[in-house]
Amino acid sequence: MSLFHREEKDSELDDEIRSHLNMAAKERIQNGQGVRDARNAALKDFGNVALVKEATREMWSGASLEAFWQDLRYGARMLAKSPGFALIAILTLGLGIGANTAIFSVVNGVLLNPLPYPHPEQIVSLFTEMPNFKNGSISYPNFEDWRRMNRSFSSIAVYRSAGFNLSGHGEPEHLHGEMISAGFFEILGVNPLLGRTFSTDEDRLGANPTVMITEGLWKRKYGADPNIIGQRMALNDVGRTIIGVVPSSFHLHIQNFQRGGPANELYVPVGEYNEPQFHSNRAAGWGLDGIGRLKPGVTFEQAHEDMDRVSRELAAAYPDINGSKKAYLLPLKDEIVGDMRPVLLVILGAVMFVLLIACVNVANLLLARATGRSREFAVRIALGAGEMRIIRQLLTESVLLALVGGALGLVLAKFGTAAAIAAMPVTMPRAEDIGLDQRVLLFTLVVSVVSGIAFGLAPAWKTSRSDVGSTLKESGRTLAGGRSRTQGIFVISEMALAVVLLVGAGLMIRTLFVLWGLDPGFNPHNVMTFSFSGPASYKEKSPDLIRSAQRQLHDKLVSLPGVEAVSFSWGAQPMQGDDEGFFWIVGRPMPPLSQLPMTLHYEVEPDYLKAMEIQLKRGRFFTAADSEHAPRVAVIDESFAEKYFSGEEPIGQFINVNTDPNDPDKAPSPRIIGVVAHVNQWGLDSDSTSPLHAQMYDPIMQVPDSALKRGGLASDVYVRTMRPGVPSFEEMRQRLLEVNGELVVFSPEPLEQIVAHSIGQKRFAMTLLAAFAGIALLLASVGIYGVLSYLVGQRTQEIGVRMALGAQRFDVLRLVLNDGARMTLVGLAIGVVAALGLTRLLSHMLFGVKPTDPLTFFAVTMLLCAIALLACYVPAHRAMRVDPTVALRYE
Amino acid sequence: MNPRYQNRIELLQGTLDLLILQTLLWGEQHGYGISQVIRTQSGDVLQVDTGSLYPALHRLEKQKWIKSEWKLTENNQRAKFYQLTAAGRKQLAEERSRWTQMSDAIAAVLKPMRAQ
Repeated sequence: MSLFHREEKDSELDDEIRSHLNMAAKERIQNGQGVRDARNAALKDFGNVALVKEATREMWSGASLEAFWQDLRYGARMLAKSPGFALIAILTLGLGIGANTAIFSVVNGVLLNPLPYPHPEQIVSLFTEMPNFKNGSISYPNFEDWRRMNRSFSSIAVYRSAGFNLSGHGEPEHLHGEMISAGFFEILGVNPLLGRTFSTDEDRLGANPTVMITEGLWKRKYGADPNIIGQRMALNDVGRTIIGVVPSSFHLHIQNFQRGGPANELYVPVGEYNEPQFHSNRAAGWGLDGIGRLKPGVTFEQAHEDMDRVSRELAAAYPDINGSKKAYLLPLKDEIVGDMRPVLLVILGAVMFVLLIACVNVANLLLARATGRSREFAVRIALGAGEMRIIRQLLTESVLLALVGGALGLVLAKFGTAAAIAAMPVTMPRAEDIGLDQRVLLFTLVVSVVSGIAFGLAPAWKTSRSDVGSTLKESGRTLAGGRSRTQGIFVISEMALAVVLLVGAGLMIRTLFVLWGLDPGFNPHNVMTFSFSGPASYKEKSPDLIRSAQRQLHDKLVSLPGVEAVSFSWGAQPMQGDDEGFFWIVGRPMPPLSQLPMTLHYEVEPDYLKAMEIQLKRGRFFTAADSEHAPRVAVIDESFAEKYFSGEEPIGQFINVNTDPNDPDKAPSPRIIGVVAHVNQWGLDSDSTSPLHAQMYDPIMQVPDSALKRGGLASDVYVRTMRPGVPSFEEMRQRLLEVNGELVVFSPEPLEQIVAHSIGQKRFAMTLLAAFAGIALLLASVGIYGVLSYLVGQRTQEIGVRMALGAQRFDVLRLVLNDGARMTLVGLAIGVVAALGLTRLLSHMLFGVKPTDPLTFFAVTMLLCAIALLACYVPAHRAMRVDPTVALRYE
Repeated sequence: MNPRYQNRIELLQGTLDLLILQTLLWGEQHGYGISQVIRTQSGDVLQVDTGSLYPALHRLEKQKWIKSEWKLTENNQRAKFYQLTAAGRKQLAEERSRWTQMSDAIAAVLKPMRAQ
């Protein structure tokens, strides 16, 4: 109904009633009454004109919508009249709703939305399950058999990370990329921006070398040249033909594919990798993981059974190698999202608590404000507004507040989420899928309306039920009965909510303290790590030449002022990358190949212990004398010694690492010369739960010639400096380039940062929980302060009377503090019980702390008591200084 | 209180609609007229409250059972006259039969009491 039409109907109703009154009066005059009396009698007979009009208007079509607009305009006017109140309420709600929108947009993007590939539910990740690992890598011969023998996939592909030196196009640089099999992009439904994807003919040994580059590299290096297809680029000194450009909209972050590290910039066919061992050695994994697309109609379980059959057949065919291996399948979404799901859900729960506290605070404000407006409502009720009408008016106002708050929250979330995620110490999976889509907008709308009703209902109910007569008579000065009890409940619930959030945050903070206090087995302070790689031509040179080039680079770095120790490192790197192999102790009966134990391998230089500050437990570490000409030696860690030499003396024993009969590297077995402390390989929080602990060190100089030639002139580097950042990475890089201008030196990262990253997820959870708990604490203390101030204000007269009757200031103080203490203690008790129940949800994120940690509970309780006392003190102090004469005169 | 209203009884919910429709069966009438007719026809027992009458009239009009028109009365006063529509006649018939059913039912329930 249009406004114009409504006004018309309004005046028509006036006319109708006037005509009724006229007719009634005229009839009375005709019956002999005086004109004046007749009019009065008619009016009296008619009843309350305003009420009749109000009731009639309700019947008009769309009247409720009409009333809604009226309420809305009225509400907006009322809010504009008290901008201070409106501002505080809107800011509080904006923060609460904004935080909820932000977290929900993350949950929505990461957990709820389907993966951005066609039919994502058909995509499955594939690994090799071994006794030690669920998600071990797949050997290329096994992959080829899987692809041939399975009946449930329309296609399977493998991929592995690889680094490439790009030369002949400006300054040489190191690019990260993936080796992938033909069909990889088809499985993910990715269409190249230009050109095409790899054909099976290009994905085999001896094929013409090809490469696909990313849109990013295409723009950065080639100025988005439209004629890029068919051009050649030199990667590791091999000329490759560019056949396609991958759009930058393609994202995939999983283990061995763009997780964390620098962005991939190119792709080459894996089948063309000309490393003989890669194609022939069924035991070696080479970091290959798989991805496959199920045939339409095939379920995940069916595929699982099918691959079990394939694994059994392969185990029968190659019992030595495949005897204890089988295919491991995982829905791609589970692999991408992984362990982020429980963390995000806990955080979503926490942020909803924050919104609840915000709602309670605004409800408190509204209640206090309603006291000031009780006269306004008494007048409206007297003029014929019904109880429901008043409630509706007040609810409209609170929903209006919440919607404005929600709009503010949306703006905060829009600009805050991306920045916050980038600043967080964790790589958020699917970060590119996080945004404000329809579902997030709907969520915000629903949350706003629901919270508007939630915080508006209690004050509206209280207000509408205030007694009209007494309110009007008393000029609206006195509070309506029961209001202080409502406020008490508000304070109690705020306290309880704050306890839960603070305990959650406290437990995470304790966890982080435990983790920081943990000795990882090495000292990450003042250690810089980076990598270098030289021209591929070194792979053709003699092993002696590679070794001497390495020695030269090492000596150059050591000679830099400020450098304490330098060690090159091949193989595994603590908290960065693993490298493991089978072994057997010489002289013991050897089990079947498939049941050989595994150890982590670290190929390092003599100064590694000094660079990492790893403790030597027994025997000695390597020296420069343990060279390629000396007998092969090895050092093991305490876990290795304990597990495989329990009670025996390991030093002097020999370890056979050439356990594969097909491996051509028939190097002699090294002799153990020392035992060092265990190093935390798998991250501060997950090392203890990892199945592979044995660690073994070999001198780089004793690496077999074949392996040396495979690696060429390339290594990871650890440099311990006397002071952090001196010399800088750039100085070290320049120094290395002085020796060999063709080197590419890349990926500098302080070791401390790597350690911190290994507990990034816990820091992420802690940071958010602590932030939410902080907000909760602030809001709860503002809430209790507000309520007590209000109560003291209401009781000024009572206090005045008490003091006039001889009460001491201390009694008054106790009176007020009693009120505050009662509410606080009840809130704390409820909160502690709730927290005991809820912190169980956190247990998988904790480390070294129980979810019921008494210290955390005690500290939180004490902190809240202190804050509550502080919040009570100001109003109590004010009450103490009440002047009885003034207070009484006021009455 | 005016002694005339001493015998007033509250209208059962929903019966006001029936009475209004029945009143309009004899011809168009304005709100004041309707209340007068109901009062006199019921021997001053039923007094229609304006706070119920006007909302009822506007509701019935919205339901298209009656329609309204401004006209002059016999006394040359402007008034809003309501009249039954075809749908209103049908509605009246339905409400009448429901009312008969109900009063019969109530009478049947009350009968044994009288028989005692």
